[in-house]
Amino acid sequence: MIPANFDYITVKSLDEALSLLAKHKDDAKILAGGHSLLPAMKLRLMQPKVLIDIGKIKELSYIKEEGGQIHIGAMTTHFQIETSALLQKSCPLLPETATQLGDMQVRNKGTIGGSVAHADPAADWPAAVIAVGAEIVVIGPKGERAIKADDFFVDMLTTSLQPGDLVKEVRFAAPKGKTGQAYMKVRHPASGFAVVGIAVTLTVDGGKCSASGIGVTGVSSKPYRAKSVEAALKGSALDAKSLAAAASHASDGISDAISELYATGEYRKHLAEIYTRRALETAAGRAK
Amino acid sequence: MKKISVTVNGTTHQSEIEPRLLLVHYLRDVLGLTGTHVGCETSLCGACTVMVDGQAVKSCTVLAAQADGSTVTTIEGLAAGGTLHPVQQAFWEHHGLQCGYCTPGMIMATAQILQRNPDPSEEEIRHGIEGNLCRCTGYQHIVQAVQCAAKKMKSQPAPANR
Ligand SMILES: Cc1cc2nc3c(=O)[nH]c(=O)nc-3n(C[C@H](O)[C@H](O)[C@H](O)COP(=O)(O)OP(=O)(O)OC[C@H]3O[C@@H](n4cnc5c(N)ncnc54)[C@H](O)[C@@H]3O)c2cc1C
Ligand code: FES
Ligand code: FES
Repeated sequence: MIPANFDYITVKSLDEALSLLAKHKDDAKILAGGHSLLPAMKLRLMQPKVLIDIGKIKELSYIKEEGGQIHIGAMTTHFQIETSALLQKSCPLLPETATQLGDMQVRNKGTIGGSVAHADPAADWPAAVIAVGAEIVVIGPKGERAIKADDFFVDMLTTSLQPGDLVKEVRFAAPKGKTGQAYMKVRHPASGFAVVGIAVTLTVDGGKCSASGIGVTGVSSKPYRAKSVEAALKGSALDAKSLAAAASHASDGISDAISELYATGEYRKHLAEIYTRRALETAAGRAK
Repeated sequence: MKKISVTVNGTTHQSEIEPRLLLVHYLRDVLGLTGTHVGCETSLCGACTVMVDGQAVKSCTVLAAQADGSTVTTIEGLAAGGTLHPVQQAFWEHHGLQCGYCTPGMIMATAQILQRNPDPSEEEIRHGIEGNLCRCTGYQHIVQAVQCAAKKMKSQPAPANR
């Protein structure tokens, strides 16, 4: 399995990458970790004429907290997120998501920027970035802009990125107050991708849920925010009955659940409810 | 064609390659290092695992061009001066293989696991080798080999960078 021929260009800066993207337009693809792109090229599902390798752009690999905002550079690997002391302390949902993604070798190479840009409907990051209310910071021919994660994912393998755009970073407000988080997933036994993945972040005030973020991946052709679950949780107690009631709304309004040999749409919706309940219980137990 | 310079097991090679050449084929077909195996070609089995700049990667999912300027360690580079690396020794002693097809990748993955966590639990070991498939052993002896390697490495640390 060998990809079709292409020209390969390594860039050292964002500016260089942007001008090459502008020059080669649709002929070019960004190469980040290559762990979605190269498999697709080996199967000849994709045959870009030019690969622009951004792997050596140092300025795109960072995890930092500034003024209450957490910033994660596009080229930050899953492994770096998994082992980040900053994130383990201030947003453990992300390391917990990372550790369940793929396998050790995939986590060493794959990046969060590549994952969101690729928008695989079974990818893990989309659920987590929706749950924490992240923005995807994009840089393109007209400068920089921030797109809410909720609006970034448009459809299967489709985002609101425009030609010439690059994902620069993922950023979000560091969780404040008494919070509990959890990522729970049903792994596809062969691929490791999410059959269903539920990311939860809960804020607790006086024994009640004051705010929550619930991201769901795997169920539908695009990841989504479980708004009815969030609405049911608002002001609710955190006992098993209330959490189960809220979780029962996990697939409300989803009419295009993915059906394939391994899992039918109905089964995925069922799993979404069960795993939302479990993730809520775990997150509530961790809220401190 | 693209010119690359890659240091493999301590030797620097200058090569001219097609950009689409995969690292595993560069190692096997250009450099003749056939210890790194090709199992699935689809990023799933881990038989092709090597270290690039100290990180275990599946070399069927990395372009040789991406490794330009990097340091690569393959299974051939693990034993220092004819003495088996403690992980190799442990796989031998615990019979952590049957046909041996998965073994080079298993051993490279194990080296990474123990580099990062010298004292892994059984669960951490199984999580660490999730990207390496073995069709023969049922993994039990592999896990035992990793546990033994951890003990060995505590008493005789492996040389730096290996
Ligand atoms: C065996 C295996 C198992 C996996 N299991 C999982 C799993 O369980 N869960 C999961 O979520 N994922 C999984 N993945 C996918 C993995 O997480 C990929 O690393 C990730 O989806 C893509 O990141 P990348 O850096 O490798 O991107 P690449 O493959 O380099 O790029 C992917 C796409 O995004 C574009 N792109 C990349 N970076 C940018 C950028 N900064 N700006 C704009 N466009 C960009 C590329 O042009 C390309 O179209 C798995 C992959 C493999 C090989
Ligand atoms: S040959 Fe590379 S993962 Fe199987
Ligand atoms: S020993 Fe045969 S595949 Fe592992």
